[in-house]
Formats: sequence, structure tokens, C-alpha cells
Amino acid sequence: MVVSTYSENKIAEESSDHMSVKKESKKSLAYQTKDLNLWYGTDHALKNINLDINEREVTAIIGPSGCGKSTFIKTLNRMVELIPVVKISGDILYRERSILDKSYKVEDLRTNVGMVFQKPNPFPKSIYENIAYGPKIHGIRNKKVLDEIVEKSLRGAAIWDEVKDRLNENAYGLSGGQQQRLCIARCLAIEPDVILMDEPTSALDPISTLKVEQLVQELKKEYSIIIVTHNMQQAARISDKTAFFLNGEVVEFDDTNKIFSTPSDQRTEDYITGRFG
Amino acid sequence: MKYVDTNQVQKKMTSRLLTNRIAKTLFLLATLFGLLVLVVLIYRVVAQSLGWIDFDFLNNRLSTNAERAGIKGAIMGTLWLMLVVAPVTLILGVGTAIYLEEYAKKGRLQAFIQMNISNLAGVPSIVFGILGLTIFVRGLNLGAVVLAGGFTMALLVLPVVVVASQEAIRAVPQFLREASYGMGATKWQTIKNVVLPAALPGILTGVILALSRAIGETAPLVVIGIPAFIIPLPDGLLDKFTVMPLQIYYWTIDSALVDEYANLAAATIVVLLLVLFIMNSIAVLIRNKFQRRF
Repeated sequence: MVVSTYSENKIAEESSDHMSVKKESKKSLAYQTKDLNLWYGTDHALKNINLDINEREVTAIIGPSGCGKSTFIKTLNRMVELIPVVKISGDILYRERSILDKSYKVEDLRTNVGMVFQKPNPFPKSIYENIAYGPKIHGIRNKKVLDEIVEKSLRGAAIWDEVKDRLNENAYGLSGGQQQRLCIARCLAIEPDVILMDEPTSALDPISTLKVEQLVQELKKEYSIIIVTHNMQQAARISDKTAFFLNGEVVEFDDTNKIFSTPSDQRTEDYITGRFG
Repeated sequence: MKYVDTNQVQKKMTSRLLTNRIAKTLFLLATLFGLLVLVVLIYRVVAQSLGWIDFDFLNNRLSTNAERAGIKGAIMGTLWLMLVVAPVTLILGVGTAIYLEEYAKKGRLQAFIQMNISNLAGVPSIVFGILGLTIFVRGLNLGAVVLAGGFTMALLVLPVVVVASQEAIRAVPQFLREASYGMGATKWQTIKNVVLPAALPGILTGVILALSRAIGETAPLVVIGIPAFIIPLPDGLLDKFTVMPLQIYYWTIDSALVDEYANLAAATIVVLLLVLFIMNSIAVLIRNKFQRRF
């Protein structure tokens, strides 16, 4: 159990700064997709996706409704398999290992790759039980350890001060924004490597959205974050890299600054300037 | 020019409103008819049972003497029967529902099983009696004992429990499952920790309603050969027994011989109705207490 201290955080921060100076060449890849295709029945939802996603960065996926961005992110933790008619070709490497390989246990993958959903989806249990759920299913029973994980995760999601006195109350009593940060905390409790976020602020008010965005900036020091968003300003504010999806294809994938200042594809420019979508 | 002519509307208004009132009256009468019959029935039964329900009636064993006859044997028999029916339906019914809803691939086989469960719910109870007679009473050579009766009744109400549990499980929102899977939980961990707790009120309601049906059923037990007259109290799963509805049935038939038996039957009906009423109230209470919180 790693209980990160202030100094450890500091080191992580410094080393990541150090890396960015070196043009990020030292960063290893969290994810790599190779000619990824996906069909819902006969509907070709993802077409030849080739993306290299760096660790400890925020990668934003933008694009109009129905462009396949949610499908893509759900493919990364194989959540998409919950839909029975899905067919996938190509390959997805997580930390250089194929997650589509039969021997790769999906439970194992999802322990390393956490997910935050569009709509806050806490369990109808207490705040404490929501956070302790993940560690418990992975076999942690020690009450003291669980207490520590709960506090650390809630602090990590910047919600500890708001809920520390009501840990045993039902999570449904929290506001929507608090629920979403609780869900992020719940995700942190399994100590993932990557966090997938599927439009995490689309159901939230502006102030809660701001809090989640600030949180994402904090989290990227320790985690790789892939975030689907409908909100282009959000992508511009919080991400390092941006991929623009259209009709199941990646039109452009580049540094966020470049995408939003000098996109190389006309369609990207049309989309980010609001000409469609 | 307007298509809707104001004069025309005014002219039709009265007759439209009248038709509406007639419709309302008709439907109200339909509702009242059912209620009225129920009230008359309950009044008749309660009036006839007056003076016959007392502690002795509940605590005495069966007797040919109407004054001394009691339904302790039938009450004990019903309790023993439930002791078999409840766990068997709960385990088999909820197990089937979990398999069909959570594990089974949605395909032809699943659809086929599903269709047959619905059909099973419509099979007349006497057919289940014949099934029980063939398999449990004769096939396993159990005789007309609690265990055989309980298994037969369990089969009879199983479809009800399966369907109710399936509906309760299906009503658990998908996003809760996704949250659990998203953290690396297995299917069973998700079912055990997320789906079942959320579906439990619905499942319990279904089980209680199924049990109250089992308590009131008569035909299958007649077929498997529960005797008309039995004095010893059941004391175990392999004892012979009788239940309240059967007692009602035989006393009603025998009231041709002894008039007082009709009063005994009425008294037993009141006791049985009370039990059913209490059970259904518990089901409603559970349902209201755990009303959907999602």
C-alpha cells in the first residue's frame, strides 16, 4: 500500500516537469491503438484508429455526437463488450501488452484503468462504502487500511473536507458535483494507472465543472487521463493532446495548442470554430 | 377561414360531456360490482364463522365432533409446507432469474427458456399436482408427506418468483453495474454487492406473493393424495399433513352430512384470509419502504 506523502508528490511533480523540458521524449506510452476497427452489428463505429497516448498527460477526445468518441474510450477498458453485438479488429496495447488478447483478464485491466462516467453513478451505499468498494473487491479487508484508502482517495479527489464528517451517510444525499468527485475518488481508491473520463462534467453546473477540471490538472501529475468531452473550451483548458473524431475516424491528433491554433485539417478548423457540431 | 367551427363545437359540447359522464359511470359500476361481491362474500363467511373462532378452534386437533374440532393440524401443516416452499423457491427462483438476466447470452436458447417460464406460469395447478404425484410421491416414493407437497407447491409458484425476480433485477440501473465492472469487479462480485441488494425488495415482494399463492392452493395437494382426515400433527418433513384450504374443502363437502361443518369451513376461511392479508401487507410494506431510490 503506497500512502503518498508530500515529498513523494513533490518528486513526482519535479520529475514530470523535468520530462516536459526534454520534449516529452522520455514519457512512455500508456496506450497504443493499431488499426482499431469496431462494429456494432453492421454499423462501423470506429475506423482505423491509430493513436499513441502518453502517460501522465491529459488526452482529450473531441468531436460531434455519434462520432465514436465514447465508443473509443469504452473500448480502452473493454467496457464496450457489455454490448453483445460488438465486433473489434486491430489491436490495443496497454503498457505494450495487447488487451484484446484472450489471456488478458478484463478484471485485471480495469483494476489498472479506472473509469469515470458521464452521469455520476455512486452506489446507493454510504460515502465510505462507495470508496471502500473497489479495495474490498480486490481483497482488502483490514479496516485500518480501508480507512486510510478512503481518506487518501477522498483527499485526492478534493472532496474530503466536504464529506469527512458524514462518511456514513448515503452518497445519494450529495449534490451532483459532489457525487461526480466521489466517483472520481472511488476510481482513485483502486490506485489505477490510467483514468478514463467519459464526459465527466456534462451533467454538472459550471462551478462543479470548474472543480472537476482543476482536479484533472492535479491528477495528471500521477495518472494518465483520457477524457471525452463535448466542450471544446474544456479540451483547450485542460488537455495536453487532443484527438478530433469525426464519423468514427480520427481526423487529427496533435498537441492541444496546435489543434486549437493552427489545425492542419479544414474539418478540424470548421468544428472548433463552431461551423458544425 | 378557420377549420374548427366555433358553432359546431358549441353544439357538440353537451353530448360530448354526457358521453364522458356515461363512460365514467359505467367504469365505476364495473369497479363497484367486484367490490360488492367481495364484501358480500366476506360478510357471509364472517357471519357464519362467528362463535366458532376461538382459541380452542386454533389449538385443537381435528375431530369428527364439530364442537371439539380444531385446525391446529392444518395450521402446522401450512407452516411445515412453507418451510419447504420458501427456501426451495427462493434458491431456485432467484438463481434462475440471476442466470437468465446476468449470465445467459441473449440468444435463442435464452428466449426459449424465457418463453417456457412464462408458459409454466399459465399451467393449471392440477397439472403440477399430477407432476408431483408422479415424481415425488411415487417416483421418489416419498408418499403424501410434507416434503412431497412442498416440492410440488414450490414447482407451482416457481415461475412467479422467477419472473418477479427477473423484473427486480432488470430494474437495477445499468450504470450501477458499469460502476462496479469499471473497478475490475467480476460478474459475481457485481451481482452480490450491487445488483442483489438493489433488487432485494422486489425479489422479496415476489417471494411473499408466491408464498401466499402456495398457501391458498388446493388442487395439487388433492391430487398428490393428502388425506381428508388426519389427527396426528406433522412433526417433520416426512410426516403426513393437511393444510387450511384442504380442510376447508373437505369440511365443505362433508357439510352435507353434518351441518356444523359448514361453520367450521367458514371459520377456517377467515383464518386463512387473515394470514393472506397479513402476508400481502408485508409485501406492500417492503415495496413502499424500499421504493426505488435511483
